[in-house]
Amino acid sequence: MSNTNKLAVNFCGVDFKNPLIPASGAFGYGREFEHFYPLSTLGGISVKGTTGTKRNGNLPPRIAETPSGMLNSVGLQNPGVDHFIKIELPNLKTKDTVIIANIAGSTADEYREIAEKLDKTDVDMIEVNISCPNVKAGGAAFGVTCEGAASITKIVRAATSKPVMMKLSPNVTNIAEIAKAVEAEGADAVSLINTLLGMRIDIKTRRPILHNNVGGLSGPAVFPVAVRMVWQVANAVNIPVCGMGGISRWEDVVEMMMAGAKTIQIGAALFANPMAPVEIIEGLEKYVSDNNLNSLQDIVGTVKPW
Amino acid sequence: MKYTQGKYLILSKKTLAKEIYDLTILCPDVAAAAKPGQFVNVKADGFMLRRPISICSIDKNKGTLRIIFEVRGEGTKAMSQLAEGSMIDIVAPLGGRGFKLEQYETAVIIGGGIGNPPMLAVAEKFGANGTVISGFRNAAAVILQDDFKATGAETILCTDDGSAGRKGFVTDALKEVLETKKPDIIYACGPDVMLRRIIEIAKANGIKCQVSLEERMGCGVGACLVCACRTIRNGDEYYAHVCKDGPVFNAEEVLFDE
Ligand SMILES: Cc1cc2nc3c(=O)[nH]c(=O)nc-3n(C[C@H](O)[C@H](O)[C@H](O)COP(=O)(O)OP(=O)(O)OC[C@H]3O[C@@H](n4cnc5c(N)ncnc54)[C@H](O)[C@@H]3O)c2cc1C
Ligand SMILES: Cc1cc2nc3c(=O)[nH]c(=O)nc-3n(C[C@H](O)[C@H](O)[C@H](O)COP(=O)(O)O)c2cc1C
Ligand code: FES
Repeated sequence: MSNTNKLAVNFCGVDFKNPLIPASGAFGYGREFEHFYPLSTLGGISVKGTTGTKRNGNLPPRIAETPSGMLNSVGLQNPGVDHFIKIELPNLKTKDTVIIANIAGSTADEYREIAEKLDKTDVDMIEVNISCPNVKAGGAAFGVTCEGAASITKIVRAATSKPVMMKLSPNVTNIAEIAKAVEAEGADAVSLINTLLGMRIDIKTRRPILHNNVGGLSGPAVFPVAVRMVWQVANAVNIPVCGMGGISRWEDVVEMMMAGAKTIQIGAALFANPMAPVEIIEGLEKYVSDNNLNSLQDIVGTVKPW
Repeated sequence: MKYTQGKYLILSKKTLAKEIYDLTILCPDVAAAAKPGQFVNVKADGFMLRRPISICSIDKNKGTLRIIFEVRGEGTKAMSQLAEGSMIDIVAPLGGRGFKLEQYETAVIIGGGIGNPPMLAVAEKFGANGTVISGFRNAAAVILQDDFKATGAETILCTDDGSAGRKGFVTDALKEVLETKKPDIIYACGPDVMLRRIIEIAKANGIKCQVSLEERMGCGVGACLVCACRTIRNGDEYYAHVCKDGPVFNAEEVLFDE
């Protein structure tokens, strides 16, 4: 990597050419977005959440629009970790970008099993979803208590020597405490936020729009909540933070980095504007040069609280 | 499937019926790639999610596409404000599977309500070898009859209340047509209840059938997995994705809710 690249960042030992990562679940395995730009444009890719065996996901409808956001209740539809390793990963590894496997399980054993399998591959990082609000027996049960979050971190940590990033749920009273708990068990990084649990009702039919009744809120509507949580977590732990939730423009990335994020992910905004990553990278390049920064990383955590 | 995102010129805008708009868009690259049954994903000003609208007709020589939409809610309301001469932001052409037309010679082509527009591109392929059955609520909602006639197809118009054409459902007309004709295939787009009955009739008569489905969408390209619909694949139930695996499905693949 060229050391003149001012957007570059080393994030828990992995070199990213820029801090921009499409978020898990919004980008599949990248294939569909290659129509818009080469995947090498991106700092990294967090792929669709992978479980031990294939899952069909929840019944449709799985999406509801909200003011400045959306609810989803996909329910981790995915072809399973073996398919990911055999078919998707070899293709992704040719794309000259960092590949982050995002994993989820219903039991601690499932997390262990997936992490052990991924440990033997050339995936660059593992992001551990303990915060999916859409699966009954799913990760969220672990993500909402310090004990649960710590136990999954410990199990995955023991199963792999890859960098481990724990993905935190915003549906908790004190997210900084959860972050400290996963740090204590050896997490290399944290990413946040996953979606906020929400609901919409069709007033004509009195039916929830989502067949799952409830789903996860994301998009610009959650941005201020995400910035606040990233700020609280960055102040509470020494491991690096990957910030996400509602990012849609380069200005949002700068704001999230000032709050304390070293890298960022972008999800729902890709649906309205699939070109957003390219536009954001251009915006960040201009920002760095307008402000005479040596590195975009110089702004991380520089918010000046009152 | 090869698609792009871009802003394209609206060459003309017409009002076809109350709250039903007809746009012709100049988009040579999209028109060159587009196939009947595919759709465009339209940015509605002020909204998070794009609105999927079927391609109604494709003119590869002029490099234009025609789309027709009805105002159903806030997003289509915003789209109805788009003026002739302004730009429309679309991701297109989308849909991994449109209508398969090549191997068939004769067809019955059925549209229900706002499911009629995508059937025009199909009718244009079959010409006089097509029979078009269109159904609407009432005379005020009727659209596209001159366009269907211009393809050379035999056309049958049905309304629920008999205020235009014959009174009754498209399925009644279909049964009558099948008494004298045995088409190679039936194509249909419209409400689920209508598609379900058409599939039953096609099955009972041993005729192939393809239907275009609707589901709420996020990305429109196959990445987010929100647009799931229940199908049968290799004997197992599989949640296919309308945007990438469809929007057109073979009748025998589709599972409807009980
Ligand atoms: C493949 C496909 C082709 C279509 N072709 C046409 C067409 O040619 N002409 C036409 O008038 N309509 C068509 N529709 C339906 C059209 O997309 C919806 O009427 C429109 O999205 C409603 O948006 P709204 O903002 O007015 O309604 P709202 O109810 O306010 O929309 C809220 C959300 O629900 C979604 N939504 C609501 N109804 C539908 C629906 N029936 N299908 C999918 N998403 C929906 C919207 O996109 C939006 O995300 C098609 C749908 C699909 C899936
Ligand atoms: C359709 C959809 C599917 C998602 N699937 C996953 C998933 O499989 N695993 C996961 O960790 N997060 C998943 N998420 C959450 C996102 O990765 C992200 O945390 C969240 O959407 C907030 O970012 P955003 O506001 O930019 O979308 C999903 C989000 C969306 C919109
Ligand atoms: S809308 Fe995203 S997969 Fe179909």
